[in-house]
Amino acid sequence: MERNNTIPLHAAKSPTGADTLKGFLRFVLSELKPKGKIITPFNVISGIIIAVGLALIVIRFAFGLASVTNLSQEYPWGIWIGFDVVTGVAFAGGAYTLCFVVHILNFKKYEPILKATVLNGFLAYCFYAGALLLDLGRPWNVVNPIIGNAFGYSSVLFLVAWHFLLYTVCQFVEVFPAVAEWLYWPKVRKYAKLCTTGAVIFGITLSTLHQSGLGALFLMASNKIHPLWYSGNIPILFFVSSVFAGLSMVIAESTISHRVFRDQIDPHHHASFDDILIGLAKGALGALFAYFFLKVIDFVHGHQWTQLNTPMGYWWMVEMIGGIIIPIVLFTYAILKNNRKLVQVTAVITALGVILNRLNISVIAFKWYAANRYYPSWMEIWVTAAVICMEIWAFRWIVGRMPILREHPDFPEEEHAHPEEAEVVKWKASAM
Amino acid sequence: MTITRRGFLKFAGLTGSALLAAGARAPAKAATAAAGAAADKEFFGMLVDTTKCIGCRSCEEACNARNRLPEPKESFSTDSVFERQRDTTPEAFTVVNRFPNEKEPDKPVFVRKECNHCNQPACATACLVKALEKTPEGPVIYNKDRCMGCRYCMLSCPFDAPKYQYNSPSPYVMKCVFCHDRIVKGEQPACSEACPEGASLFGKRRDLIEIARERIYKEPGKYYPHIYGEHEAGGTEWLFIGSAAPEKLGLRDRENVGTSSYPEKTAGFLYAVPHIFILWPTFLFGLSYLTSQKNGKENEHGEE
Repeated sequence: MERNNTIPLHAAKSPTGADTLKGFLRFVLSELKPKGKIITPFNVISGIIIAVGLALIVIRFAFGLASVTNLSQEYPWGIWIGFDVVTGVAFAGGAYTLCFVVHILNFKKYEPILKATVLNGFLAYCFYAGALLLDLGRPWNVVNPIIGNAFGYSSVLFLVAWHFLLYTVCQFVEVFPAVAEWLYWPKVRKYAKLCTTGAVIFGITLSTLHQSGLGALFLMASNKIHPLWYSGNIPILFFVSSVFAGLSMVIAESTISHRVFRDQIDPHHHASFDDILIGLAKGALGALFAYFFLKVIDFVHGHQWTQLNTPMGYWWMVEMIGGIIIPIVLFTYAILKNNRKLVQVTAVITALGVILNRLNISVIAFKWYAANRYYPSWMEIWVTAAVICMEIWAFRWIVGRMPILREHPDFPEEEHAHPEEAEVVKWKASAM
Repeated sequence: MTITRRGFLKFAGLTGSALLAAGARAPAKAATAAAGAAADKEFFGMLVDTTKCIGCRSCEEACNARNRLPEPKESFSTDSVFERQRDTTPEAFTVVNRFPNEKEPDKPVFVRKECNHCNQPACATACLVKALEKTPEGPVIYNKDRCMGCRYCMLSCPFDAPKYQYNSPSPYVMKCVFCHDRIVKGEQPACSEACPEGASLFGKRRDLIEIARERIYKEPGKYYPHIYGEHEAGGTEWLFIGSAAPEKLGLRDRENVGTSSYPEKTAGFLYAVPHIFILWPTFLFGLSYLTSQKNGKENEHGEE
């Protein structure tokens, strides 16, 4: 009945020695050591970026935000919010979208890439929350909205902060079985698995709200954002765009993973990879269509024809055509022709379009009338790059040690999750 | 056994979401409560009659002294500051700007600029730690110990009133707090006390609107018939009247501050939160249940 918990596994001492505190610490310490060659081009370049980035972060905390950023009284939010948080969270939307497809709609086809996607989402949230701390003037007070030192219930940011936190916990719960497999804790894994459905449903709900909440933040800036970008529908637009942003990120990320971690992926999954990518492209195409129509409705309702023939209007068309219409055409063509390469290229174009859109709302079309425009300093960009490099390092470290892309040989994914169904199978097998 | 597990999950999920929904309902309630309080409370206010202002900058000087702000580079008696349009800064909570006078070109118009203390302030609604708060007396005050420095108040404020100490490793939001501590003691703010011409008139907002209307009514040639702040951004404690249209006196930021209150802009979204917290999990559980049933049957067929 307990197929995955056969007696030897259940009773066996963990081969990692992680079932005592001492053993756990020793195991984790030994795993912290890097595997493979240390001096590689990627490691050297990203290492330098991270080192300089850390130095910049020290400067920022010692001398204030103005020492590193180009923020001003006119532009309180720069790219640390506009790119790291507002754009980054959209790209992390792949996690809840795939969870919905695999756990709720039960399309098991996408299961092979689910763990990596959720891990990516989890890491993205951890690192973006970290990047957010850099931007806060008084980061030591960040606990205030959590511990109840004056709850600002009426604030959208309060809602976003809480959902951010809770969703990160949900993602951790979803990732946790892999951690338990790595530590060889079968019992803990079993209970963690039981929490998955709850975490998934709670997680999707939270995602819906904070993805749209990120857009709702800008509702209060109604007189500061260019009318072509400002709309009362921003929350819905942010939610829908997070679906195709997330999916195109999953396409791009899994393409890279499949190259870099080739040895980890079993041949069966490798064969189904094209099929998975085409499926993801279909999902992204659907969301793109929905988004396109929402944008058109907004445009027509706002009577913004006159805005089109202005510099900001041309810029808006760049975003609409380059980031939405071209991806729609290319995805459609790629799906019809079953062309994996084109799907991957289009995913990158779509991702760029999303970056453009989020930066437009938070930075470029924000106070488009201001005399002194905000441009990020090289240091802001550098720190952003350092945060991304750190995230890649963390992802690589985890994938190199935990069963994320592969399956743990001792913990095969059960075909029949429910013991009763296993019973039926057994009964039928004995009857034969 | 399957059903028990599912039942348990369903129970756990629904209880959790119900609890959260109850919590989520609070923001919506809070938003309307603030609106209600604003509607029936008689706030203090300030009537700035720009036709009376002579540009002496006594208000700037008094504000500087009252708030113990650093000494400015140019003294308060120099007129050279009028050569460019100034904005408030973390070191200057109020500034006087000069505008050309179309009616009498040799008599320029001077207009003060500072926090307008909205009836329903966007900044206080935006603040997730209530560092900015609307007091029952009217001033929007700042509690610096709560602030975490997210600067969402700056993004939200339609008038760009909150300013930030970007050069400090431990920065604060800086803005006019309407000398709240003086108002509670029954005194008037330092700036209006210092004004030699009575151009900044302190009093109950309702009375000030009456006075402003009366002045406009009695001297229609002198005043432009609009009280800036009566309805802007849902109404502000600071009211401005003058000889020209507000946009000619630097009063209309981007001309689209609007007349609706800013907290209302996010109220719709916040109202939707509890609905999503109830409907989404229910829908997702149902969908998950249906699709897993289907899969189960397929498997059975597969076995046969």
